[in-house]
Amino acid sequence: MKITGAQALLKCLEEQNVETIFGFPGGAVIDIYDAILAQDKITHVLVRHEQAAVHAADAYARVIGDVGVALVTSGPGATNTVTGIASAYLDSIPIVVFTGQVPTALIGNDAFQEVDIVGITRPCTKHNYLVTDVNDLVPTIREAFHIARTGRPGPVLVDLPKDIMASLVKFPEPKPVRMRTYQPTYEPHPGQIEKACKAIMAAKKPVLYVGGGVIAAKAHEELTELAKKLDIPVTMTLMGLGGFPGTDPLSMGMLGMHGTYYSNMAVANCDLLISVGARFDDRVTGRIDAFAPKAQIIHIDIDPTSISKNVKVDIPIVADCKHALAGMNTWLDRNQDLNVNAEKEKHGPWLKQINEWKIEHPLGYVDDPDVIKPQFVVQKLHELTGGDAIITTEVGQNQMWAAQFYHFNHPRAFMTSGGLGVMGYGFPAAIGAQMAAPGRTVIDIAGDGSIQMNIQEMATAMQYKLPVKIAILNNNFLGMVRQWQELFYDKKYSATPLDVAPDFVALAKAYGAVGLRATKPGEVEPVIKEALKTDNLVVMDFVIAREEGVYPMVPAGKATTEMLLV
Amino acid sequence: MKHTISVLLQNRPGVLSRVTGLFSGRGFNIESLSVAPTLEKDVSCLTLMTSGEDHIIEQITKQLHKLIDVIKVTDISESDYVEREMALIRVKAEPSTRAEILRITDIFRGRVVDVSQKSYAVEVTGTCDKVQAMIDILRPIGIQEIIRTGTIAMTRANKKY
Repeated sequence: MKITGAQALLKCLEEQNVETIFGFPGGAVIDIYDAILAQDKITHVLVRHEQAAVHAADAYARVIGDVGVALVTSGPGATNTVTGIASAYLDSIPIVVFTGQVPTALIGNDAFQEVDIVGITRPCTKHNYLVTDVNDLVPTIREAFHIARTGRPGPVLVDLPKDIMASLVKFPEPKPVRMRTYQPTYEPHPGQIEKACKAIMAAKKPVLYVGGGVIAAKAHEELTELAKKLDIPVTMTLMGLGGFPGTDPLSMGMLGMHGTYYSNMAVANCDLLISVGARFDDRVTGRIDAFAPKAQIIHIDIDPTSISKNVKVDIPIVADCKHALAGMNTWLDRNQDLNVNAEKEKHGPWLKQINEWKIEHPLGYVDDPDVIKPQFVVQKLHELTGGDAIITTEVGQNQMWAAQFYHFNHPRAFMTSGGLGVMGYGFPAAIGAQMAAPGRTVIDIAGDGSIQMNIQEMATAMQYKLPVKIAILNNNFLGMVRQWQELFYDKKYSATPLDVAPDFVALAKAYGAVGLRATKPGEVEPVIKEALKTDNLVVMDFVIAREEGVYPMVPAGKATTEMLLV
Repeated sequence: MKHTISVLLQNRPGVLSRVTGLFSGRGFNIESLSVAPTLEKDVSCLTLMTSGEDHIIEQITKQLHKLIDVIKVTDISESDYVEREMALIRVKAEPSTRAEILRITDIFRGRVVDVSQKSYAVEVTGTCDKVQAMIDILRPIGIQEIIRTGTIAMTRANKKY
């Protein structure tokens, strides 16, 4: 029996265990939307802007640990997804984006709502496809999901011309995808594992430097085992937060530009840096020649291009983080004659030194009895949610305060646009996360600037009854740029004051949501408590200290030890 | 240092633009590039010449290999190999210089492929350096146009029996 391309697409999604897709209709995908209406296996979430569909799919993917899906129309629908796709690409998040396209006969004719989206997204997708024959449709979609979820995960785009969706096709039997040109390396080389373990056993001052790869590979248990086995202190990148329990004594929190003093000092002074699923990003390394200058470097990454890209690595291990860490744990257990406990004790002085750094310059801020400090809000959110909420962020100061002061103890609980740094990510991401985890508390920690970049999604949250909480840290500024202007541009606040702003409480009410405001520190806790017990979309407007900065801060291009402190 | 990199790829729409986009997007050099079908159906071979320090070349080969449509990447200049380039060179030909042009063409084992009253077009093949040498020698006579194919290369067969 033959079915239409649109029906085959939905059948394919079902085959890939897709339950929810985020999208926005249009002329080129009208056949697909017709087919969506005729089935009940897949829930479609109608967003209010295509960018939001991709961010929502991104966060959905992060929560469930599998592929997220977005569906949009051709032309502007497709171009609106580019920011979301680029963000997922830099953060290695598995998503498949389906874009409508004009009928094949019209491609290249500058037809209405035609754009070469495959050409546009080539540099920001892991791979992309234009389907030109309905018989290729199902194999292409299967390949797209396979590529998105395996190896170093990433976004894949499939462009679907309108006539292909309307053509008839026989649905091919499911079969495993085998690709001649794409075979990621999961298993580590045993020789490299042995080398790495010996280096670890020889080190006196080791540091585990953990990135998003640990979360992508679901390797947090193996990582925790390794860290505890030998008492190795752990620092995490923005993407790695939650990969190791943030409240564990071995955790040093985040490193880099806004990392903790002790993380940056530990990396600068360690004799062995064990990088797991991280990519030595410039926001982490600062001035590259001053990054971990005394250390031998082990680098575990599934993507060979990440290794020795920015920093020369001594022991490269191309593998899935989970397999590599498990391999190292097994090796260490097997070689008991090396006396793991003695090694553990050997790290005593190093941990003591790190502890001294922690006491010297803890993560902190200057409290004020009259003005709400943003860090205090994040601390209160942590306290009142028991550290158990899913936190999404926008980008800027709000993102850094969330990363610093909400101590994540579990993976897949922190969603942020790490690599691309997209303002407007957090709210649609919260929608995606709430769809994936209906029972959980989901909070978007936002700024008054960035929330306005996708604020139209309040309608989406209301439509699907998603009780997302938005905590706006409102300083009437584009705060992070203002901070740079304060520090490096003689306080010349060019285009950063947001003198005209909506009344967020009234705006929430206009959408049928709940709006709450706190202007004094004493009002923070009641507002959060009220929000947490409200089964509705809630906007919390925290009027915070206008010129509060994010500290520590490593100025761009400086060594990570040259931190500006509170 | 110059490197000649050979890339086997699936002959799919847009594959060439994936390769060139990678180079422009990451700021790598391409000095020449040529691409044509191979013995195997739907597989093309792309030969490109690039230059850079060792860690750049390492990134180039890794990044190329990361492209989904790429089957195999070989840095040919790491082994024993033969390389060839072909050029068509149109030279101003006056009665006083015609003999000289023919002599130079002969020395470089080229041949004349097009003749008019005012010019000769000559064809030459060889390594990139040889082609460049012939161009340099013809230049004072007056070159009007040059078309070069870019280098192609092949590793030498194992000579051991």
